[in-house]
Amino acid sequence: MYFGIADFWVFLAYALCLASALICVVYGALKWNQNGDTTPE
Amino acid sequence: MENMLFLLVLVSVYLFGIGYLGYRGFRGTRTATDYLIAGREAHPFVMAMSYGATFISTSAIVGFGGAAAVFGMGLLWLTVLNVFVGIFVAFVFIGIRTRAMGHRLNAHTFPELVGRRYDSLFLKIFAALVIVLFMPLYTGVVLMGAAKFIEVRMGTNYEVALFFFSALVALYVIMGGLKGVMYADAAQGGIMLFGISLLIFFTYYRLGGISSAHEQLTELAHAVPESMAGAGHQGWTSMPAFGSPYWWTLVSTIVMGVGIGVLAQPQLAVRYMTVKSTKELNRAVLVGGIFITLMTGGAFTVGALSNVYFLNDPEVGLISIAAARGDVEQIIPEFIRQHMPFWLGDVFFVTLMAAAMSTASSQFHNMGTSTGRDIYESFVTRHSSGASILATRIGIFITFIISVTLAYVLPVYFEAGIAIVARGTAIFFGLCAATFIPLYMGGLYTRHITKSAAISGALVGFFASLFWLVFVHDSTASALQISNMLFGRSNIFGDTRTGFILWSHVDPLFVGLPLSIIVTAVVCFFTKPFSEEHLATCFKNK
Repeated sequence: MYFGIADFWVFLAYALCLASALICVVYGALKWNQNGDTTPE
Repeated sequence: MENMLFLLVLVSVYLFGIGYLGYRGFRGTRTATDYLIAGREAHPFVMAMSYGATFISTSAIVGFGGAAAVFGMGLLWLTVLNVFVGIFVAFVFIGIRTRAMGHRLNAHTFPELVGRRYDSLFLKIFAALVIVLFMPLYTGVVLMGAAKFIEVRMGTNYEVALFFFSALVALYVIMGGLKGVMYADAAQGGIMLFGISLLIFFTYYRLGGISSAHEQLTELAHAVPESMAGAGHQGWTSMPAFGSPYWWTLVSTIVMGVGIGVLAQPQLAVRYMTVKSTKELNRAVLVGGIFITLMTGGAFTVGALSNVYFLNDPEVGLISIAAARGDVEQIIPEFIRQHMPFWLGDVFFVTLMAAAMSTASSQFHNMGTSTGRDIYESFVTRHSSGASILATRIGIFITFIISVTLAYVLPVYFEAGIAIVARGTAIFFGLCAATFIPLYMGGLYTRHITKSAAISGALVGFFASLFWLVFVHDSTASALQISNMLFGRSNIFGDTRTGFILWSHVDPLFVGLPLSIIVTAVVCFFTKPFSEEHLATCFKNK
């Protein structure tokens, strides 16, 4: 049992959902003020 | 009566807000660029919420949430792919290059982008035709999900709900263009986040917390009916038995079909071209990651846990699919109606309206621009900006009629319980993946793909997927009956296995995409590469 979940593979999916969200949050926060490659020329 | 009054006030406020945002979009639309890609100046929050709200429809909540009530929490693998592939990989590795190339080539639509990248009118029109002919299926099931929920919650007739809901969406898309759509999307995304957060909280809270809820669901494994256990079901917190029909449907169609298919969705790819720099895309990763995790993870978890509520209810005492009388799409609406406070049901009603509207509006916009911008303008050489917009608006109207007709016909034609909404979505996502992924991603990352290779790969991927859908994939082949008419059997492979592979349950994506990649790669070696001048236009500064 993993936090009440019977199958390790289902628990892994649950954990990876949260990990993926964390990756997105950390990436977005780190790049928040980094200027991008914006000109008509 | 008071309950109905609360709902009517909530819906009125919501519709007034959407009407106002549609009007703002209409007032802010002065050029065709405004109408097609929001003037390339979308705010990162608006863009991220718009991407998320377009990505997540009633299909994700009602369709796949209902599927989670049947298949269990294994559906969370789709959330993993939705967040990691659909947001992180899509924005960082595809979105940034799509935006830059889209700006360089002055592309306003997905077909126009691939057409100009490969200097091919055929590819542009072919991509537009795939959208115009097959997106109505996806739009139809999204509208169906919304109309079914309106039917349950407001006690109206399904057909009436479907018509008025669809007409309302088409109206604000026709008027406001992509600016109106994206403003409304951002507001709808906010409503969706609020609604799903409340639903997740209450579902876990009433079962005593996260671990307690999971344990109660695990203990229900004995309640799996014989018919489901025979197909591989091992309980709602376990994956289906490896290689079983349930395993193939869950892994190949639901998880991979939608999880990979998101990379080549025309209505999502166009979002990358609405921002002016990569900074906006990087910021959108943060907003999108949180949004998609909560929306899909929440819907799938609640769907699976609904079994505990229905089984423990002394008046019901059945698993979710039985409590919803075999109709997968009715599980979430019934769960909320029977087991959540009335006000949460009303808030969630508006949440679902927002989810359906935000997706359907982008689908209508995309089908319209494919008709007007990509097909009409390709055949009419002298045209004004106004004529192009008129053609787009007519395109939206025609595809609106087709989509609504499909939403009327599908529930009649297909038996209840086969999860039409989830499967219809997976079919479109898989078809787009097999047709577009090699030429789209290859076109962004390599200079070596030739015009002939891109066209060959797209055609092989498309027709291989279509063949598999019509003749092999049991859930679609048996419903379409074409294989039955020609060969006297629902699908040409029957129950043939090769090792653990049960061919009739393998998703078309697993056949179409590898074939498409192989053909694209092989044809590159034998055909003429693009001129350096053309490649410099596409890849300047790279």
